[in-house]
Amino acid sequence: MDEAQLVMDTALLAGQILLANGSEIARVEDTMQRIADNAGYRYANIFVLLTGITMSLPDGESTQVRPIHSRTIDLEKVAQVNTLSRQFASDEIDLPTFYQQLRQIEVAVPTFPFWLQELAAIVVSMTLMVAFTGIDAPVKLLFAMLAGGGGYAVFYYVNHELRVRFLSEFLASLVIGFVAYVGIRWLGFTHAAGDAVIIGALMPLVPGVPIMNAFSDTMSGNYLSGPARAVEAVLSVCAIGLGIAIMVSLW
Amino acid sequence: MIHIIIEGILAYAATVGFGIILNIPRHALNVAGWIGAAGWAVYELIVLRSGAQIPLAQMAIGMLTAGLLIGVLSNWAARVKHMPVILFNIPSLVPLVPGGQAYQVIRNLVTGHGTIALDYLGQVIAIAGMIALGFLLSELLVRITYRLRHTLKTK
Repeated sequence: MDEAQLVMDTALLAGQILLANGSEIARVEDTMQRIADNAGYRYANIFVLLTGITMSLPDGESTQVRPIHSRTIDLEKVAQVNTLSRQFASDEIDLPTFYQQLRQIEVAVPTFPFWLQELAAIVVSMTLMVAFTGIDAPVKLLFAMLAGGGGYAVFYYVNHELRVRFLSEFLASLVIGFVAYVGIRWLGFTHAAGDAVIIGALMPLVPGVPIMNAFSDTMSGNYLSGPARAVEAVLSVCAIGLGIAIMVSLW
Repeated sequence: MIHIIIEGILAYAATVGFGIILNIPRHALNVAGWIGAAGWAVYELIVLRSGAQIPLAQMAIGMLTAGLLIGVLSNWAARVKHMPVILFNIPSLVPLVPGGQAYQVIRNLVTGHGTIALDYLGQVIAIAGMIALGFLLSELLVRITYRLRHTLKTK
């Protein structure tokens, strides 16, 4: 492999990892540009959309494209690419090492185990229920725990095993609504308490990354990718809303 | 005062929890948590003593300030820790998300209270807009300080 090709491959791989794991467009472009600059190829042309990357080097005759078919959220990978790019910029690692390390990131990166994520979802549900509504009776906290934990477990399972977009949010919110319904129907919760349980339990499902990126992509002038992210966020919210609407109409 | 400290602790836990869900690096969790706590505490401080029904204007100012603070602190943390800024601002934004109001929109739509739903929808839009504005202002502030530092250095 000649050097120009390696530069291209490295930059594209870095961009691909960033884009597929929840980075904003400006960061992808900036990182790729820096990689090309630091490797001695200034004025590389890099064009990044939410669904693909195009790159060409000024004196090479080839242009390369990387489609990004699926995106998940794993900010640890974004951080690692960022770190590697910094190390490359300060000459701590050379280009072949950089490329190897990038491939390592794609294969194995530390993630929090499922039980810890589940615990995190429960903590988010309970704390935000108290913060938003002021309701902190132990029984209601227990229900927020069940609803938040159950909802997130469904969300996680459908996302990782079945890989159906938006269905995960929908099913999770159905579960959450059902738990709150049980509380109201058989344990004599007031409607306000039921509301509180649902509000808390929904919080782990909030599409924080698409919302934030929709904002920052639009502000950085990526008028195709920003609104596309907004569509992603709105569809997630609609899926959640639909599930909740179905359960609430049973009350 | 006790109230605000408790709320801050809740927001810290929620932010760290959301950070774990997003799989942010372990050594970014603590800082993100503090930023989330600071943002929520400032919001609570501003809307304090306004009873159960917080006036929309006060809520908006609270959200604006909280968004601004989170934006500035996140940028600072990103610079100090050499990490992407989204590791800090996304999780710490979570306590500010108008989840309660968004839920009320759905609930009132389904139960046939269209006007109340519309009222809540207005709140959701106002809050989201104010947070976005806060972030924009923080970006401005960061740019200004960066430029100031730059000009001071070159002189």
